[in-house]
Amino acid sequence: MDGSTPKLKLAVYWASACGGCCVSVLDVHEKLFDVIAAADFVFWPIALDIKYRDVENMPENHIDVTLFNGAVRNSENEHMALLLRKKSRILVACGSCSHLGGIPGLANFSTKEEILRRIYEENESTINPEKVRPLPECKVKEGTLTLPVFYNDVRSLSQVVDVDYYIPGCPPQTERLLEVFDTIISGAELPLKGSVIGADTKAQCDECTRKITENKRIRKFYRPWEIEDDGVTCFMEQGVICLGPATRAGCGYRCIKGNAPCRGCYGPPPGVTDPGSKMMSAIAGIIEEKEPEEISRVLEDVVDPSGLFYRFSLPVSLIRRKLP
Amino acid sequence: MRTITIDPVTRLEGHGKIEIFLNDEGEVSNVYFQVPELRGFEKFCEGRPVEELPAIVAKICGVCPGCHHMASGKAVDVVFGVEPPPTAKKLRELFYMAHFIHSHTAHFYALAGPDFIVGPYAPASKRNILGVIEKVGKEIGTEVIRQRRHAQEIQALLGGHQTFVVMNIPGGVRRGLSRQERDDIVVKAKGFVEFAQFTLKIFEDFVLKNNEYVDIILNGPYSLRLHSMGLVDANNKVNFYEGKVRVVDTVGKELYKYAPHEYLDYVAEHVEPWSYLKFPFLKKIGWKGFVEGQNSGVYQATPLSRLNAADGMATPLAQKEYERMYSTLGGKPVHATLAMHWARLVELLYSAERCLELAMDREITGRELRAQLGPIPGEGVGIVEAQRGTLTHHYWTDKKGIVTKVNLIVGTTNNHAAICMSIKKAAEGLIKKGVVVSEGILNMIEMAFRAYDPCFSCATHCLPGQMPIIVDIRNAGGELQQRLKRD
Repeated sequence: MDGSTPKLKLAVYWASACGGCCVSVLDVHEKLFDVIAAADFVFWPIALDIKYRDVENMPENHIDVTLFNGAVRNSENEHMALLLRKKSRILVACGSCSHLGGIPGLANFSTKEEILRRIYEENESTINPEKVRPLPECKVKEGTLTLPVFYNDVRSLSQVVDVDYYIPGCPPQTERLLEVFDTIISGAELPLKGSVIGADTKAQCDECTRKITENKRIRKFYRPWEIEDDGVTCFMEQGVICLGPATRAGCGYRCIKGNAPCRGCYGPPPGVTDPGSKMMSAIAGIIEEKEPEEISRVLEDVVDPSGLFYRFSLPVSLIRRKLP
Repeated sequence: MRTITIDPVTRLEGHGKIEIFLNDEGEVSNVYFQVPELRGFEKFCEGRPVEELPAIVAKICGVCPGCHHMASGKAVDVVFGVEPPPTAKKLRELFYMAHFIHSHTAHFYALAGPDFIVGPYAPASKRNILGVIEKVGKEIGTEVIRQRRHAQEIQALLGGHQTFVVMNIPGGVRRGLSRQERDDIVVKAKGFVEFAQFTLKIFEDFVLKNNEYVDIILNGPYSLRLHSMGLVDANNKVNFYEGKVRVVDTVGKELYKYAPHEYLDYVAEHVEPWSYLKFPFLKKIGWKGFVEGQNSGVYQATPLSRLNAADGMATPLAQKEYERMYSTLGGKPVHATLAMHWARLVELLYSAERCLELAMDREITGRELRAQLGPIPGEGVGIVEAQRGTLTHHYWTDKKGIVTKVNLIVGTTNNHAAICMSIKKAAEGLIKKGVVVSEGILNMIEMAFRAYDPCFSCATHCLPGQMPIIVDIRNAGGELQQRLKRD
């Protein structure tokens, strides 16, 4: 970029996340330095108080692009989502947690009360006769200490604020992230608002290298340890549930290369709104049995279907959460 | 009363915050290290089929996913009542050595290096990985990146996914190793051994030969007399993948040695209302608060405490370095927090030697990768040493292997109380009556908790190479009196 063009202002923030998205960015060092040369990181997850104040002091739309990773789990995450929306021209939900709720979203199978009780009271190694729990505001001898409020529900970013684009993946594959950076930096025309970027438009199965047999039908489902995986045949055809049919391609089918079935971190492909419904139709299409009783016998082998089909997407799914 | 707030970039179930309270005389009255986030894995793993847990719990941490994957894989084996065949076990350990090499290398050069190679008093603009490279030479910087990449390639090969390993399946692993792949790992492992020795040489040249640095290590406000925890093999040598957990007291005497399934008799956790993260302590001693000494229940689980808790290293070159470290530092146990950096390099050499041993093992290319599974006993504990401390996973399931309960005591969590205390000591050492708080406090406090390599430090340092920090000093009314900034 020449000196006459102002450098692009980028921001990165993580909310309820594990750090894997950042590790994915850092995995291609040299390329990252190109990004830094072309763009200013005006906000990187640093000193929190200051971060808040500095960001709060920015004019609206001051940041060109914010990559937001992590789900919205507590009041601090929510505050930052609202703030960054206001200050960013383009807000990108980056990674499964921000895009779909992700693994932390599985917490929507429980309530806040059940989680806190389990961790701080019932837990086998915890000694806490007075049932102390972390408090949003706590008086200590020397003054007052504060903590964010832990919410009942985990939400994806778009359930809290308006989102411009989504980059899927747990974590997003490094190469795909760099493609997105390149596009943004080059000033090329951006896709329609609301698009999924940094991924393909097909389903995993369309790109998977495992072998499929036309019209193959099965009579029983197995858990991964109940069979000897041959390493080459489609998992579904071996009777092991694989989320490939309900998952967008673009990850380079990393897990499948490691002989593990897909668990859906890239989210549903275009045209599929709910991975659970899509998986039910994929299952219905592959089983031999056609009588309702036989079908339900086969389906009994599928353990924890909601935890499996919505492994990365419970908060944005049709069921959203377990009702109390 | 004045308050100093340090909100660094953090990565330990989220973020972290340090609050330093000063009294009216301007001396430290107390320090709080808060972890303001909780995700609740222990609850939401309930109801999942147990074989899914090694992949789910890897998402606890994107920086050390391999540790959770291993502890989980081992707990799942016990839930099924099986032992993986020797080949599978060795493949797991081989993966795990690569995980350690990758992590310890990154920590030394990117995180600790700026403090010691460039120097604790060097200008902030030089105290980063680029400053390290400038001082040691560009070829060495390239070599660091190359060795780290080799370790990552081994992990990706054996583990499947580049970040989130999918290697473990109940009773074994999903993928074997071909002879050709093995040969490639042998070449890389030989490189690791040379590189680890070279790194120790750098430590010697740049740190040990500099009296000022040695003085900071030994006499700085960084010493904490606490008990030491670490996993040991049958000969009481350091082991990362399996063995018993040994705890030695503040004078180096064995307090306990327990098998993974016995952990609940020895470790318990305390809850404070000001942090979402709990505070583990030695159960038989009890929680006595944030205090040092023989009667305290607080322990450390770090590279240094692993070496303190063991009788030595299981590989020859690392053993020599182990002996050299203790003879230089005045015998066992060592309590100087900053000696953790040296201990980490002794571990780097061990990981490299062990990686080579495993790669050369005849059984490593075996085809028997999984044990036969029978009825499911339904309870299992798996313990490994994570880079940042002893990691315990405990699962309960029904007869079908559906999870009913989970308990986790995670690497850095072990050190939560100790980190609070180290920061307090560093703050006390610097902030004295009449002394104006200066930028020095930023380095000093940073160094105190960076020594632990707490999970959040990785993400902080990788890119800018140093932690941008802001310290606000407020009066009792909460008004800003002074702001120190380093970015």
